[in-house]
Amino acid sequence: MNGSIKPTRIGIEGVFYSLAHAPDLVRFGSKPAREIAARPELGAALRSKLRSFSAAVAYAPHQVYIGNITPKELSGLPMPWYEKLIEGATAQGPFGDLVDQEWFYSMLRAADQFELVTLEEEWFNDRGPARRNGRKARLQPLDGIQGLCDKGALPLYSGARLTGAFGAGHAEDANLSADVLLENLAAKVSAAHALRSVLAGMRTDPSDIDYVISCSEEAVGDRYNRGGGNLAKAIAEEAGCENAGGSDTKAFCAGPLYAMVHGASLIQSGVCRKVAVVAGGSLAKLGMKFESHLKNGMPVLEDVLGSFAVVLGPPKDGEPCMRLDSAAFHPVRAGASPQAMAEFLAEKPLARLDMKLTDVDRYGVELHNPEITVPSGSGDVPLTNYRTLAALAVMRGQIQKNQMADFVKSRGMVGYAPTQGHIPSAIVYLGHALDALRRGEIKNVLLIAKGSLFLGRMTQLSDGCSFLVEMNGN
Amino acid sequence: MLSGKKIIAIGERDGVPGAVIAECLEGAGLEVVFQATECFV
Repeated sequence: MNGSIKPTRIGIEGVFYSLAHAPDLVRFGSKPAREIAARPELGAALRSKLRSFSAAVAYAPHQVYIGNITPKELSGLPMPWYEKLIEGATAQGPFGDLVDQEWFYSMLRAADQFELVTLEEEWFNDRGPARRNGRKARLQPLDGIQGLCDKGALPLYSGARLTGAFGAGHAEDANLSADVLLENLAAKVSAAHALRSVLAGMRTDPSDIDYVISCSEEAVGDRYNRGGGNLAKAIAEEAGCENAGGSDTKAFCAGPLYAMVHGASLIQSGVCRKVAVVAGGSLAKLGMKFESHLKNGMPVLEDVLGSFAVVLGPPKDGEPCMRLDSAAFHPVRAGASPQAMAEFLAEKPLARLDMKLTDVDRYGVELHNPEITVPSGSGDVPLTNYRTLAALAVMRGQIQKNQMADFVKSRGMVGYAPTQGHIPSAIVYLGHALDALRRGEIKNVLLIAKGSLFLGRMTQLSDGCSFLVEMNGN
Repeated sequence: MLSGKKIIAIGERDGVPGAVIAECLEGAGLEVVFQATECFV
C-alpha cells in the first residue's frame, strides 16, 4: 500500500440494531395484503404459520442480528434455523434487541400526534403502567374499535384478539390513508427506538446530536408532496434529540451507505460534530415471500421490522472509523451488471488507495438471510455477490480460479438479515465489523450496498455505494 | 430456430439485467416485446 496516501477518517461511536416482532402486522405487508384480498383463504393460512415472540427471539439469524452470535458461528449451525432454535436465547444483545408486538403497539400509540391509533381500553389497561408512556392514550371499548374498523380503519390484532384500530389521516388523500400512515409511523417508531438505544448504550445525551439522517424506505407526505420526507426530524424529536436538525437520504437499499457518507462529510467539513444515521423498518416488506414459506411448510419468516442507528463523530485513536476517502458511488456511465458494480464499488476505489481486492479482509454485502430467499427462488444473495467479487479477483489475476471458494469463505459470510431492503444492505454488518476490528481478527472491512433504481420506473439504472471501515491509527 | 419469436425478458438485479438479455436475444434475431429488471429482495 502507498504510504503517501493520507486517510480521511470519521469515528463510528456507536451502533444499535433492533427487530420489532409484529406478526399481526404481516397481513398489512404489500404482498400479503394484495394476495389475501384476491384469495381470502390465504389469510387463515398465513395466520396459522405466524411465529411466537419466543420463536423469533430464538431464531439464530436474529441472534446474529443483535450480536449474540457471529455470522461465522451461524454458518456452523444446522439448518433449518427456524426449527433448530437457540436454547436460552435472549432478546437483548451487545448491540441490538428484539421487541414484542405489544410493546410496538404501545410505542405506535405513544408516538402518534394525529389520533391515528385507538386502542381497546380493557386490553390497554391490562398492560399496566409500563405501556402508558408518552401521550394520553386514545381508548375505546371493543365495539367502538370494531366500529372504527368497519369504517375503514386497519384492525390491530394480538393473535385472535382485536386490540386496536389505525385510522386514516385524511378522508380523500391516498397519501394519508391508514395503510400508508401505518407504514410511516412504524418506520418512525422503530428508528426512534434504535436511536434512543444507541445513545443510552453510549451514555450520550440525546441533546448532543447535531444532525439526524434517516434512510428509511417510507414516503412521508401528502398529495402535494408525495415522498416529501424529513422523517429524520420526526425521529429526532421522538428520540429527544432537541438540538438536532435532520433530513432524509433516499437511494433504495443503498440509502444507508449514502447516509453514512453524507453524515461523515458533515463532520469532516466542520458543519456538525455528532451525526446520527438511522432507519426504521419497512412494513411493506413484511411477508413478501409468505406464499413460498407456506408452500414449503415453513413459518412466515418475514415477521420483523428491522431498524438501526449509528452515531458518527470525530475520529478517536484506537477506535473504529470510516475511511471517507474510500467512499465510492456507482456512476451513471457504469452499467448495471454485477461485474460493473464490483468494479466501481470495490476494485476502482481500492485501486485509488493503492489496494487490491485481496487487501480487504472482509466484505459486507447485502446480507439477506438465505433461508428466507432460497425457497422463493430468489437465491442466496450474499453468496452471489461474494462470487462476483471473487470472479473479479480471478480476472484481475489477484487470485487463482481454484482459490475462489476460499476467497468467498474467508472474506464473506452467510446472510442473516430479514428481507427489509435497506437494512440487510451491508450496514447490518457494521456491529460485527466493529467487534472483529477491535478484537484484531481483521484489519478492514469494505461495505458495499446496491440500490435498484429501476423499481421506480424513472431510469433503468442500478446504483450503489461503498466505503472502508478500519481502526484509527492503522 | 428462435428467429422471429417474440420474447419477454425479465432480468434480476444480482444476476443478468433485463437489458442485457434483450440485447443478446435481439442480436440473435428475436423480437423483445418487453424487458425489465426486477429486484426480488
